[in-house]
Amino acid sequence: MIRLRSVSVEIEGRSILKDVTLDLTEQRVGIIGLNGSGKSTFVRLLNGLQLPTEGSVTVDELETKKDSRKVRRKVGFVFQNPENQIVYPIVKEDLAFGLKNLKVDKKKTEERVFATLKKYDLAHLSDRFTHQLSGGEKQMIALMGVMIMDPEYIVFDEPTTLLDLRNTRRLMSVIAGLSQSVLMVTHDLDLLSKFDRVLCFQEGQLVADDRPERVIQQYKTLCDV
Amino acid sequence: MISLYYKADSPLHGLPAGIKLTFLVFLGTTLFLYDSLWFVGLTLIGVLILFAVGQIPVRRVVDQLKPALILLVIIFVAQGLINGWEFGLLVVARFAALILAASLVTLTTLTSQMVAAIETVMSPFSRWISVEKISLSLSLAIRFIPVIAVLTHEVREAQRVRGLEKNLFAVATPVVIRTLKMGDQIAEALDARSFDTETSEDVQKG
Repeated sequence: MIRLRSVSVEIEGRSILKDVTLDLTEQRVGIIGLNGSGKSTFVRLLNGLQLPTEGSVTVDELETKKDSRKVRRKVGFVFQNPENQIVYPIVKEDLAFGLKNLKVDKKKTEERVFATLKKYDLAHLSDRFTHQLSGGEKQMIALMGVMIMDPEYIVFDEPTTLLDLRNTRRLMSVIAGLSQSVLMVTHDLDLLSKFDRVLCFQEGQLVADDRPERVIQQYKTLCDV
Repeated sequence: MISLYYKADSPLHGLPAGIKLTFLVFLGTTLFLYDSLWFVGLTLIGVLILFAVGQIPVRRVVDQLKPALILLVIIFVAQGLINGWEFGLLVVARFAALILAASLVTLTTLTSQMVAAIETVMSPFSRWISVEKISLSLSLAIRFIPVIAVLTHEVREAQRVRGLEKNLFAVATPVVIRTLKMGDQIAEALDARSFDTETSEDVQKG
């Protein structure tokens, strides 16, 4: 369970998030809000990329301020732009990167890389140069780079923004099949219809927290104003 | 353009990266030890034969030399006029052999193998320097050369629309700013992907 208690974030004297308290226990949680509403800062708190100025964030009893490295092992993060998340020139090398950091031996690493690619029908990309992949393929490889670490939670920060409709559907189908808890920031409200819970942020405050249809309705009202 | 791995099932591809890099250092040294056109010429032919052994297509061999062609011509003419045409030929053949040999190593070696070999060489110094960080820097440099090339192309196109394509400042400023911003995002992604993390055995369960 992810737990936030009285969490506030200030960056360079500017208040980005204000007094957020909640528990996240659902399998699928969506996060929406206007640009600059604090939703990206909120998800960055969940794996310790951003530490709270006040309050605490704990993931399965591990506090991000004290155990950020352990928290990052539990909470995978898929960024909006996969280009910046892929660090090796060849697909199989990139997938092996996280395991290499954890000193997993070479043979096991190769087995896991192959098994992960095969599971998602991407084995044909194994030897491809990462800079030659399409946008959709890059986003899938970025996700595989996270999946191979076997996290318990996966945060997606606007993962479909740079994708066309076909790749959006493909990615969402993969996300739907994940056994991990998923927390996803998105502006595409249709993607959240089957989610268990949606949070809506406005000017750094959590203004709605309920079932998708209710929160989306509130969000649309906010946008009208 | 940086030469990149060419996938094939050849004896050269199977050789450990450390041996190939050692060979490259040895070749680079001996090429400059002997001022014999015969020796350098035979070495160049030997390197070309190794391209065939590595199953590298002729087109890729030409691609490796293309970027250096103008420079080689300039060197040949300058050396020819100053030290004689035979010496000019010797210098050009020497550089061509070296460029092709270095390309052959990168064409037949995965980045990860190269980085692992460099890590091994640097491991005795791990008390004083972070070997992992240096090897990661090398990987990132290779990975992001094409990305920055694309970024520069995008900026140049955007400035062309505004009639500023010949203004170096108008092209360089956005490229530098976007590259720095990208650097921040990559650093964050490395954190998110457990770089510099503690070793743990439980991930090995798979």
